Amino acid sequence: MREPAPPHVRRGWIAAQAGLAVLVAAPFVLTALDRAWLLPTLTRMLAYGLGAAALDVVLGYGGLVSFGHGAFLGTGAYVAGALIHHAGAATPLLRWPVEIDGSLDALIAFPAAALAAGALAFLIGAVSLRTRGVHFIMITLAFAQMVYFLVLAIPEYGGTDGLMLPARHRLFDLPLDGDQPLYWVALVLLVGFLTIAQRSMEARFGLALRGARQNERRMRALGYPVFRIRLVAFTISGAVAGLAGAVLANQAGFVSPDLLSWQRSGELIIMVILGGQGTLFGPVLGAFALLLLEEELSAVTEHWMLVLGPLLLACVLFFRRGLWGQVVRAPAHG
Amino acid sequence: MAEPLLQVERLSKRFGALAAVADVSLDLVSGECHAVIGPNGAGKTTLLALIAGEILPDAGRVAFAGEDVTRLKVSRRALRGLGRTFQLTQLCAEFSARRNVMLAVEARVGTPFHFLRRADSLATLAARADAALVMAGLAERAHVPAGLLSHGEQRQLELAVAMAARPRALLLDEPAAGLGPAETAEMAARLAALKGRVAMLLVEHDMDTVFRLADRITVMAEGRVIASGAPDTIRADAAVREAYLGEIADA
Amino acid sequence: MDSLLLLEQALNGLTLGVMLFLMAAGLTLIFGVMGVINLAHGSLYMIGAFAGATVTARTGSFALGMLAGMAASALVALALELTLIRRLYARDHLDQVLATYALILIANESVKIVWGPQPIFLGTPEAFGGSVEIIPGVPYPAYRLAIIGTGLAAAAFLWWLIARTRLGMLIRAGTTHRAIVQALGVNIQALFALVFAIGGALAGLAGMMAGPLLAVQVGMGEQILILTFVVVVVGGLGSVRGAMAGAVLVGLVDTLSRAVLPVAVREVLPPSAADQVAANLGAVAVYLLMAVVLAIRPQGLVPRHA
Repeated sequence: MREPAPPHVRRGWIAAQAGLAVLVAAPFVLTALDRAWLLPTLTRMLAYGLGAAALDVVLGYGGLVSFGHGAFLGTGAYVAGALIHHAGAATPLLRWPVEIDGSLDALIAFPAAALAAGALAFLIGAVSLRTRGVHFIMITLAFAQMVYFLVLAIPEYGGTDGLMLPARHRLFDLPLDGDQPLYWVALVLLVGFLTIAQRSMEARFGLALRGARQNERRMRALGYPVFRIRLVAFTISGAVAGLAGAVLANQAGFVSPDLLSWQRSGELIIMVILGGQGTLFGPVLGAFALLLLEEELSAVTEHWMLVLGPLLLACVLFFRRGLWGQVVRAPAHG
Repeated sequence: MAEPLLQVERLSKRFGALAAVADVSLDLVSGECHAVIGPNGAGKTTLLALIAGEILPDAGRVAFAGEDVTRLKVSRRALRGLGRTFQLTQLCAEFSARRNVMLAVEARVGTPFHFLRRADSLATLAARADAALVMAGLAERAHVPAGLLSHGEQRQLELAVAMAARPRALLLDEPAAGLGPAETAEMAARLAALKGRVAMLLVEHDMDTVFRLADRITVMAEGRVIASGAPDTIRADAAVREAYLGEIADA
Repeated sequence: MDSLLLLEQALNGLTLGVMLFLMAAGLTLIFGVMGVINLAHGSLYMIGAFAGATVTARTGSFALGMLAGMAASALVALALELTLIRRLYARDHLDQVLATYALILIANESVKIVWGPQPIFLGTPEAFGGSVEIIPGVPYPAYRLAIIGTGLAAAAFLWWLIARTRLGMLIRAGTTHRAIVQALGVNIQALFALVFAIGGALAGLAGMMAGPLLAVQVGMGEQILILTFVVVVVGGLGSVRGAMAGAVLVGLVDTLSRAVLPVAVREVLPPSAADQVAANLGAVAVYLLMAVVLAIRPQGLVPRHA
């Protein structure tokens, strides 16, 4: 016997499938309408959607407010970017302890980006998950800032100016040039992650993670290794954010420390909250909404932050269930 | 007498100047109910927290099932079969009653690191969860979020969750806390039904419940054990009367 | 590096530490008493610097500018507490973070509109323009010594306020027994507003003093905010003594690592790259310090109830 799915969950599936249909149709529709130049923007939205959904696993389901996910996003982007850079310059990326050459193969670069970001998340998580609440927020923010300075310290990657990438990655020897191929890569990654994450949040792991958010003491008393569960979630979340970063690096043909900054971490949180925490689809919607808002507002006024700030305030104070909750008419979170 | 399941030896814990638990020794044999009573502030809850591993002692030793667990983490002790209920109900408020029990059933079967199989898909485990709900009288309320249950129902669920993990020993911290007379009697009946299936270390203020269930009683005051023995002995003990029972009779 | 240079760098570290203390003391008081995490604390620092620099430029008096900076930050803090922050006391930390993050966006953009995106100039006050011989033959900028002196005076004032006055008694009680303070019939709303304003004034003072050393520009608040977080994590959140210990430690480690590293890095790297590497690796040191402290004492060096 399973838990009967509440109506808003069923509506959620319908909405998610409708959203997927729209995203699959988008490249064709936009091409037909002579608006294919919008695809890179959509790719960027998909990538941030992936990053926000990854953050939602720890933030929404795990109750761990990570203010450092920009570091994982940026690390993924820099790993992908550095592999391209070194492949172009025909120099090794690493000489010691093992020699690693640059690579244009997406099947190497994307996993490498995820692996590096995941390893970083593991290290940062292993220290910060020993703390709670406000401490966790401040510590993840501080460690992300440390990563920011570490990347700046590598002279070869251009410091604050960033790094222009001479090429894009290739998938099965096909270049991800043009706007469509990368769009599909981003979409497949996003849908793949959402499918797996949705499932694992109903699997034992997800229940343990969610249970620990609601009542850590009870979960410990039942024998759940709360710290390890959270560390695994944090690591996976960081790795997927790194994957999103790899897409962003390829899309922009450029990586800069801006991707690692605390503002990026803040934006990811906003995407999650705006869309609805603990819903996975919501943060994707939140990413689309925030990027669209930024795009539209910045076209109207250079002081668009002065609009975004109060909007965000209003969201926090009055609009608590997020866009996704609005779409599927879910009861408010928490 | 058989080897005790749980053995506490000369356990001590200070909070600043306060000796919350001082040199306490007691044991728990398989299947028995051992009650710990004493006035407020006697250190009973601290003692349970020390045994469960939520706080670490300054001195002394805790052995469970023949193994020294004094320095072991809470979750490790739980996996060895040490279950517990709390004075203030500790449940996952957003999860349904059934899911709370399910988490407990699964806790000691395999690892939580399953990412793709739906948690409630294993029929044998689901059946165990449903049986636990029926026993707790919560079958009708299985799909209600734990946070929306009444206080009495939550207390029943707290016990059902602790039992669903199939503990060998159960630490019960005032299971009847906040319950009315009828609910208290109901709780005592449920605990009586569990007797013999699980060893119970019972901290409780309701003396009817204590004398109905306990095979042995230990009395604590100001962090120390002042008496220990069979219920009749305790009832007759002058020191206990003075320190505790008398106090209640006067009140 | 010789010992005199080391002494100079240690004093520089103390200068930074003093400013970090002023920031951390406010942040930690606000958290300790109200349980609020205020990301916009850096914005109060920025506002103090801008307001102070403007008044200094108009009047020619640094002292007036300093008062104006503190007053501006305190007033903005007070206004924020009355209109927004008090709605956040009952909310979780996530909501507090988001709302005060929104405040950062608003503050930065507003300052950009009023003062423009370029850094503005704030000179060293004339009275402290020169240098003082700390040891015969070793000159040290008088202004930096003045910062250290002011910071120590502010710390002493805070100690007096918290340890010796009725307000301080309420603050101390508020951090540990909030319900009791409320039950005593103290106007808790007014107490919270006052604590927030004091935190604002301290941030404004720090911003104004930092003005002549660092650029007065949009974004200056967030740089120091993150360092302040490191300070309170290292020192122990909610404890003013911890803020003091953490601030001095972080100030010294940051300054010394930035001073020592370039020398070391130049040994192995070409000079063109060495400065970039050293400057950024130097910035990493404080975060490593934080990691080490967390690994050994997750609750910080001077926990709240020690």
